[in-house]
Amino acid sequence: MSHSLFYLLSFITLFFALLVVFAKNPIHSALYMVMTFFAITCQYLILNAQFLAIVNFIVYMGAIMVLILFSIMFLNLNQATEPQKSSLLKFAGVISAGLLMLTLVGAILKTGGGDVPFELIKPDIGLVKNLGKVLFNEFLLPFEIASVLLLSAMVGAVLLAKKDIN
Amino acid sequence: MDIAFIIEKLILISAILGISLVIAMYTTLAERKFAGFFQDRVGPNRAGPWGLLQPLADGVKLFTKEEIIPTHASTFLFVLGPSLSMFTACITTAVIPWGQDLFLFGRQISLQVADINVGVLYVFGVVSLGVYGVMIGGWASNNKFSLLAAVRSASQNISYEIAMGLSIIALLMMTGTLSLREISEQQSGMNWNVFYQPLGFLIFMICSFAETNRTPFDLPECETELVGGHHTEYSSMKLGFYLFAEYINMFVSSAIMASLYFGGYNYPFMHLISNPNIAALIGVAVFFTKILLFIFFFIWVRWTVPRFRYDQLMKLGWKVLIPLAIVNIALTGTGILIFGK
Repeated sequence: MSHSLFYLLSFITLFFALLVVFAKNPIHSALYMVMTFFAITCQYLILNAQFLAIVNFIVYMGAIMVLILFSIMFLNLNQATEPQKSSLLKFAGVISAGLLMLTLVGAILKTGGGDVPFELIKPDIGLVKNLGKVLFNEFLLPFEIASVLLLSAMVGAVLLAKKDIN
Repeated sequence: MDIAFIIEKLILISAILGISLVIAMYTTLAERKFAGFFQDRVGPNRAGPWGLLQPLADGVKLFTKEEIIPTHASTFLFVLGPSLSMFTACITTAVIPWGQDLFLFGRQISLQVADINVGVLYVFGVVSLGVYGVMIGGWASNNKFSLLAAVRSASQNISYEIAMGLSIIALLMMTGTLSLREISEQQSGMNWNVFYQPLGFLIFMICSFAETNRTPFDLPECETELVGGHHTEYSSMKLGFYLFAEYINMFVSSAIMASLYFGGYNYPFMHLISNPNIAALIGVAVFFTKILLFIFFFIWVRWTVPRFRYDQLMKLGWKVLIPLAIVNIALTGTGILIFGK
């Protein structure tokens, strides 16, 4: 049951991820990306990681993708105004992406991932209570440092976006 | 999973969906009646006794109007927009606990569709999904005013989601759970969270006004600047869905405010009633009374307070509500440290 669901969801994820790349219209691309994130959220649910699933849902689907849609809507991308890449560049892009895939597949094969989908050692780790305890006991320092890092990134972004710095 | 369980859940889901639609329908009438009252008019009174059939008449009118899809609009997305708005408005009710368990036919029946242990976060997830209905609709209309309104609306919703989330954190620090059912249970007696979290409730309520696009935050459809907002190009029932989703959202956010801060289905002297079924049914009635009072409050505010300007809205959200919510978290933390919850 869980395995077939995993394969179905993986298919949906990859299908929409491919559509993100192949869609002509950037808005449609962004909407397919929302669907991709939704499928990934469902993957988290299969892993019993409820908190991660819902946070992925809120942050990626609800906030980040809305902001991306936002900026695309204002760009007014047309065939006429959009700078077209030369076919040489496109060719180079395809080759480098293919090489990246080769490397990734090789790395995954090297780590010995067999034909069995990954099994969790502690299946309840994704519940809010357990995750919170682990984060605030074992990984308190990295967690706090990560949050400070995010805060500084945010302050930096605001500073860069300001036009006149006095 | 046995058949009885599935039937029970199906009945519950249909009942909740039906009730929320009917309440939303009659909220439109109540809104116009109260508007009449506040402005010293009579309000709609032609269709049926006291205008009671007015929502039906409106529905028939919307359904039979001509459907217009603009020439250069993207048809699929144009239809998807209102559908998504309606869909997200309806699915939030899944995690709301409507009452205590009933005991019927030797079974314990829970009056909550799904008791997931991240209930509060689920509500936030659905709220953040609601932005898409407006954005997709506004963009797909291929109209400058619609697009501007959609973008304004999305930034309003995202801004107020932050303050809303922060105001909830203080509440969660006290309750120690994300499940709406457990939060409701903890408030039995007159142990309502609003007495411990008055500031948090105030912030949460202001943010719900902004999230449901109600006056004084109804900037997405600000007629004076944007013709008609994100649904300028819409007609017929698609327009109806956008407008109707707003009323369902109002009902849902009233239910969430009632269950988070105003004791949910709890009422004083609840433990004195020996029959659990009767106690539970009174609880449901009490819960709906609280919801209706909140809906009345929404209407009351709409016909009393004028609309904010857009810069005032953003200032209120980012410079007042978010700092206040953070102060509230600090205060709650200090309170828990001193009084031990």
